[in-house]
Amino acid sequence: MAPDAVPVPDRGPGALRRSPAVRQGFSVGLATGLYGLSFGALATAAGLGVVQACLLSTVMFTGGSQFAVVGVLAAGGAPVAGFASAALLGLRNAVYGLQLAPRLRLRGWRRLLAAHVTIDESAAVSAAQDDPVEARRGFWAAGLGVFAFWNAATLAGALLGDALGDPQRWGLDGAAAAAFLGLLWPRLRRRETAAVAAVAALVAVLVLPVAPAGVPVLAAAAAAGALGWWRTRPARGSA
Amino acid sequence: MAHPARAGFGVTGWLLASALACLLLKLAGYVLPTAVLADPRVGRTTDLVTAGCLAALVVVQTVGGDGGGPVLDARLGAVAVAAVALLLRAPFVVVVLLGAATAAGLRAAGLG
Repeated sequence: MAPDAVPVPDRGPGALRRSPAVRQGFSVGLATGLYGLSFGALATAAGLGVVQACLLSTVMFTGGSQFAVVGVLAAGGAPVAGFASAALLGLRNAVYGLQLAPRLRLRGWRRLLAAHVTIDESAAVSAAQDDPVEARRGFWAAGLGVFAFWNAATLAGALLGDALGDPQRWGLDGAAAAAFLGLLWPRLRRRETAAVAAVAALVAVLVLPVAPAGVPVLAAAAAAGALGWWRTRPARGSA
Repeated sequence: MAHPARAGFGVTGWLLASALACLLLKLAGYVLPTAVLADPRVGRTTDLVTAGCLAALVVVQTVGGDGGGPVLDARLGAVAVAAVALLLRAPFVVVVLLGAATAAGLRAAGLG
């Protein structure tokens, strides 16, 4: 065998337990579960019930959108503004699905299940694998792993947040601001994205005094989207 | 649990609708033709909408008040400490906990 040959993926008995992608996916799930704790606590601090917080984690199951809905409601925004913010943040999952569909090649209920666990983490773990078999394993391990830990942690966090009482005394409003910065941070590595994020933040500050809660986020997202669409060069031949 | 018969759409209804919208978006990725991605504007715009949303949420959570202009209080300190923690590569949970501790500490000290 040539020294630089691609290693043949392990397909024997117990292969799943030895798979690096499965291990990676599982540890990502465990780590992400901890964010779930902060989501549950922030959701109840924002006035949601424990059941409502858990409903978001089981059915919506996409962290950014969940934090957004809770953030808009906590700020006193209309639920429809929360809906729009969640949907805008959920747009990227559609792009992940487009990238994953040809790799996973699923039909029927498996496709529905795959779509449900298509999130930042499962897309990233899958994309990090060179071998297609490992890419599939990584996707499922991360997706299902995050789902399990995220939901268990949401329940625990929501019960904890309920027991804490006055959210401001515990600095939970500061925690919410820090959480959004933590979600944004890894995206700022690309300079152009950081510049557009700065423009979006400026739009939000300017719109804040003149618009009802929730609208500043939508205005900023619209500005960022417009910049992305008009400043990106279309594919060859389409213009 | 309270389930008033005629409570209209209600918060739970909106939460469910938002959740279903996010689920449908995920499913759309598996149903749409992959050719959609051939246009680089699709991926880039989606990236920037995500970043723009998150940046605006940082602003609103930090200086948003009950209507009206920006409010400067303990949350500003929380975000500053969170930024330092992120620069030092602290994990997400540590960043969130530091944000809470800073805001609570500043308030206990009578600031913000």
